[in-house]
Amino acid sequence: MNLFKKKNYIILDRRSEAPRPTPEEHEAPAVPDGMWVKCSHCKKLVYKKEMEPYYICPKCGGHFRLGAMERIAITCDENTFSELDGTMHAKNPMGYPNYEKIIAKAQQKSGIQDGVVTGTCQIGGQDTVLAVMDGNFMMGSMGSVVGEKITRAIEYATAHQMPIVIFTVSGGARMQEGIISLMQMAKTSAGLNRHAEAGLFYLSVITDPTTGGVSASFASLGDVILAEPGALMGFAGQRVIEGTINEKLPPGFQRAEFQLEHGFVDAIVPRTQLKDTIARLLALHTQKGGGF
Amino acid sequence: MNKAAEVLAASRKITRPTTLEFIDAIFDDFIELHGDRHFADDAAIVGGIATLDGKAVTVVGVQKGHTTQENIHRNFGSPNPEGYRKQMRLMKQAEKFHRPVITFINTSGAYCGIGAEERGQGEAIARCLFETAGLKTPVISIFIGEGGSGGALALACGDKVWMLQNGMYAVLSPEGFASILWRSPARAAEAAELMKITAPDLLANGVIEKIIPEAKEGLEHNLDYTASILKEELVKELHTLCQMDMEELLQKRYERFRKFGEFAE
Ligand SMILES: [Zn+2]
Repeated sequence: MNLFKKKNYIILDRRSEAPRPTPEEHEAPAVPDGMWVKCSHCKKLVYKKEMEPYYICPKCGGHFRLGAMERIAITCDENTFSELDGTMHAKNPMGYPNYEKIIAKAQQKSGIQDGVVTGTCQIGGQDTVLAVMDGNFMMGSMGSVVGEKITRAIEYATAHQMPIVIFTVSGGARMQEGIISLMQMAKTSAGLNRHAEAGLFYLSVITDPTTGGVSASFASLGDVILAEPGALMGFAGQRVIEGTINEKLPPGFQRAEFQLEHGFVDAIVPRTQLKDTIARLLALHTQKGGGF
Repeated sequence: MNKAAEVLAASRKITRPTTLEFIDAIFDDFIELHGDRHFADDAAIVGGIATLDGKAVTVVGVQKGHTTQENIHRNFGSPNPEGYRKQMRLMKQAEKFHRPVITFINTSGAYCGIGAEERGQGEAIARCLFETAGLKTPVISIFIGEGGSGGALALACGDKVWMLQNGMYAVLSPEGFASILWRSPARAAEAAELMKITAPDLLANGVIEKIIPEAKEGLEHNLDYTASILKEELVKELHTLCQMDMEELLQKRYERFRKFGEFAE
C-alpha cells in the first residue's frame, strides 16, 4: 500500500508551509501569516493570505491540501460544529519502535489528536454527522483511533437517524499498528452497512490523496461520491504500480477526472461549490420519496 | 531464521496445497462457477457449489499455482476487481439459497496494475467488506497460506476466521514493512517477527479463532491430515452457526470486527 511516501505537494498546516519540510523544520516555530508559497500544480509563487479560506491557487486553480480544521471552517455553518471523541488518542498495540514519538510529532504538526476529526454540525441548515480526515497527521493513515472515531460517528448517525458526510484523505492503513489497522477497514464498512440498512444517506467526499485501505473501505461506499478537482484516488500507490508493471503511468492516472470517466465518482466539485452541493444533497435526502 | 520468518517461507512455498486441492479434499460434488457478470472471469479467484456432509455450501477462494506457468494463469494469486466481484456474486447467491459460505485465503495481496485501478480495485474490495457484514448466511474463512492486506481481508469478514498452522496475515508484506521502517527490504525476517503475523499471535489478539494443525511431514505431504480436521471442524461450526437466529448471527459478526482497536481517551 501507498504508505507515507513523500510527495511534491505543499501541505498547509498551522505550523509550517515549507514544501517537503524536514523533521527539523517541523519543530521550527509557526511561520507567520502572509507568506508566499509555491503552488505544487503550476509551481508559481502565490501569496497565502490571498487564498483564504479555500486555498485555491489564484494562478492555476489548483487545490491545496487542507487540514481538518480548515475544512470544517469552510464546510459547516458558523458555530454549529460540535466535536465527538475529541480526546481519543493512539496507543502502541504492536510495540512499534518510537511510535509514541511519531504520534507526538504528528500531533504537534497537525494540532489534532489523530488523523480524523468527527462531530455533528449543520451544513446549509441541514443537520449531519461529519468526519474529516487530516493528511497532516501521518498522511491520514488509518489506525485504531481513525477507525474507532469514524465507526462511532457512523453509529451515532445510525442511532440518531442522521446522514453522514466523510471527507477522505489517506495514505492507507497505518502500518505501525499492524493487523489491527487492517481490521479498521472491516469495522468501518460494517458500520456503514448498518447505516445503509437503516435507509440513511452517506456522502463520501474524496480529497487529495485517498489511497490504500481507505479507498478500499468507506471512501468507496458512499451513496454519492464527490471528488475535488485533481484529487488522487486509488487502491495501489503509483510507485507500487510502476514497480509491478515496470512502466511509467500515464498523466492523470487515478485522478478525480480519471475516476469520473471510469465510473467511480459521481461528480467533481470545485472547493468553492462543495458546501452548497453537500447542502443540496443533504436536503434532497431528507425527503422520503414516493409521496406523489 | 526466526519462527515468523519460517512461517512466512512455509506459507509462500510453491508446493503448498492450493484452494482447489483443499476443496477437493474436503468437499464432494464441487461444481465450479465462473465470472463476475460484469467484465471477466478472474482465474485468481475460484468458487462454486459443493456439498459438505451431504449439505450444499458455497466455496470461494484465492487460487495460486504450483508452477510458473500455472501462476501466470492465476496471476500469482493476486485478484483483480473482477475476482472480488465474482466472490461477492457467489456469496450473494449463497445467501439467496441459504447456503453457508466457506472462503479460502492464500494471497500476497490484491493485484496492483493499471487495469485493476481502471476497474476500481478499491471499490471492489470495499464492496466485499460492506456486503459480507450484512450477508444473511454463515461465513467461515480459512487462511491456508499467505494473507496479504486488504486483498485478503476481502475474503475474511465472516463469522469465524481460522488459520492453518503455517498461515500468515499482515497489513502489508514484511518486505514492504522493512523497507519503510529500515529502508531495507532484506530485513523482512526481522519485520515478520515484529509484525506478529503468525497464527498464535493472531489467535492471541483475536484476529482468528482457531489454528488448524499441519502434519509433521509437511502440509503438501499429508493434506488429508489437515483436510480431515478441517472437515470435522467445519461441520461442527456450521451446525452451531446454522442454529443461530439470523439477527444474533449478524450481531455477533458485527461485534467480531467492532472490537478491534487499541486507543486511549
Ligand atoms: Zn497554481
